[in-house]
Amino acid sequence: MNATAKNEPLVDYGLIKWHLGAAGVALAISMIAGFEYSLQFLGFFPHAGSEIASPGHFRLIHTNFAAYGWLVNGFTAMLYYVVPRLTGFQVWSKKIGWLIFGAWQFILVAALTGYLFDKAQAIEWGETPTGFRPGSFDLNWIPVDALIVVGAVLLISQFMVPLFKARHQKYYVTLWYLTAGLVWLALTYLMGNIVPEWVLPGASGAAVTGLFIHDLVGLYVTPMGWGLMYFFVPLILQKPIWSHSLSVIGFWALAFFYPLGGVHHFLISPIPDYVEFGAITTTIAIEVVVTTVVVNFFMTLRGKWGALRTNMSIRWFYAGAMMYMLTCFQCAFQVTWMFQKIIHFTDWVVGHAHMIMFGTFTFWMIGVIDWLWPRIVRREWYSNGLRSWHFWLSTAGIVIMFTDLTISGLIAGFMQRELNTWTEIVQASVPFWWVRTVSGGMLLTGLFCGLYNMLMTARKGAPYVEANHLVAVEAE
Amino acid sequence: MEKFYTLFFVAGIGCFVVAIVLSMVFPFMTLNDYQGMGYQTLEDLAAVPSDEFVELSTTFPEAFAEHYGEVSPTSYAEALRLGRDLYVGQACWHCHSQYVRVVSNEEQRFGPVSTAQEYQNALNKPHLWGTRRVGPDLSREHGKRTNDWHIAHLINPKNVVPGTVMPSYSFYFEEDGTPKKKGFALVTYLQWLGTTAVEDPQ
Repeated sequence: MNATAKNEPLVDYGLIKWHLGAAGVALAISMIAGFEYSLQFLGFFPHAGSEIASPGHFRLIHTNFAAYGWLVNGFTAMLYYVVPRLTGFQVWSKKIGWLIFGAWQFILVAALTGYLFDKAQAIEWGETPTGFRPGSFDLNWIPVDALIVVGAVLLISQFMVPLFKARHQKYYVTLWYLTAGLVWLALTYLMGNIVPEWVLPGASGAAVTGLFIHDLVGLYVTPMGWGLMYFFVPLILQKPIWSHSLSVIGFWALAFFYPLGGVHHFLISPIPDYVEFGAITTTIAIEVVVTTVVVNFFMTLRGKWGALRTNMSIRWFYAGAMMYMLTCFQCAFQVTWMFQKIIHFTDWVVGHAHMIMFGTFTFWMIGVIDWLWPRIVRREWYSNGLRSWHFWLSTAGIVIMFTDLTISGLIAGFMQRELNTWTEIVQASVPFWWVRTVSGGMLLTGLFCGLYNMLMTARKGAPYVEANHLVAVEAE
Repeated sequence: MEKFYTLFFVAGIGCFVVAIVLSMVFPFMTLNDYQGMGYQTLEDLAAVPSDEFVELSTTFPEAFAEHYGEVSPTSYAEALRLGRDLYVGQACWHCHSQYVRVVSNEEQRFGPVSTAQEYQNALNKPHLWGTRRVGPDLSREHGKRTNDWHIAHLINPKNVVPGTVMPSYSFYFEEDGTPKKKGFALVTYLQWLGTTAVEDPQ
């Protein structure tokens, strides 16, 4: 309403385009770093012996650019598209938007350079440099943690303004996830980066870092991902979501159960047993939540199965949803002590993490980008072949990687228990690491197909034809 | 249920606070009740320089004097702190865990099971438990191997452990194997790991 009064568009496409571009670059950096890191396991790490470009540093770049570069930039772009449409209000300020964009890319560069010069913080998924010499307040680097807090507060305010303006409306389910997810993002980051670093040492701190690893995925990435699915799936299929009741159950059960499971990252550890049991129980409960949400989405697709064939976004979404179901099903088992004693510390967990971060959330974001990109650059996709290659290389790659690492994890886990020497365990894993690198190469090739296609679409795609995009799926 | 305030305060803040109480406050209160949970600062840890640190000073007297001066609690503390920073910065802790579990025969492989007490110190803030073991656990490393072994191993792991996939850290050492400042620190830190281990007082 305000938007039309001021004659300004509701949605600013410039910000979306640049955030998506930055997300693509960050994903490329992350995946190249991950690929190079995997070469260390085969003895082929390029520039071996470099103190700056060492394998350990590449590992930090791999995980942190996936989280803070790719997912945060990507989700932000999509929030710029979705929030004004669902609330009817513009975001807080376009200028703040560009400030956030610039600041966030600066943060990424400062973090990357920090990793190369040993400034990482000892918090998994939160290695972003504190900028302080440990245990003191002497600055030794750009205080990235503090900048992220400022950036996150601005980012949250940007979207809280339209969300607050729409407070008298009944929210659509997407907005439940986005509102809660933005609050959780701020609280999670503050808790995870401050408490273990400055307040609680040792085992008490470990309970918090466990919670941080868990919440970053469960309370930021998951709500954003599901929020976007609830928006784009009905939009593209041109039909409402199957059950409102199931989406209510899915949301509130996620809000209640998900944050309680954090300690499951450090099971059979000096953290008190009753806390571990609580985490295990709630983690299994999450499986119920996941089932309700996934059932809801597959029932929505009922009668429109053909969309899997005709619509690229739907294909990405539902392939991702299937992998989500599989990962969460796996989670309900691997969280038990019986599985933990064998598979913790092994490749199994690495496979699990890739399946959820790449197989699910990256798939969903690529699906959204596939839908958004022609609308943003006002051109038709440059090549449908490349879109297909991107999908199939990614799908085949992640399935191979997951299967391979799961088997490798089981073998290494049992060999650890059987007291094989450590060299024997490493040597038994090497063939699996070869397969892992090859599957990683497939993912990387798929990514380059996708990025090249995006670039060429923006530059040389055929002119955008509105009629092609009005009804996304042909009638049955 | 579907309004802004419910979502912001009940789901957003409320559910998060419940989780904080159950996963942060409760474990903290329980752990705080254990015996022997006194917090050790870096000065406490470094009060008596380790034998390995003294040995480094006698094996490489010139290089040691240049970087650390004399063996003292101050220089030991400096080496421990720098060693830990390198261990964190080079992401060593992403391939080496630092806790021994009661399962999977880990007690026989690595040594006594970890207790909460041994992590109540400045060098475990934040803890470095890790979530992946490409290499073995290091929390019982103290006294297992000599300084010479560590130096040779860090310069080229394959010379000492054929079949390993660990990268070389030769840049922390001179051509002849004399440690640089960071080399001294890393070896000192590795030799320190496990010195805070206690018999379980429960």
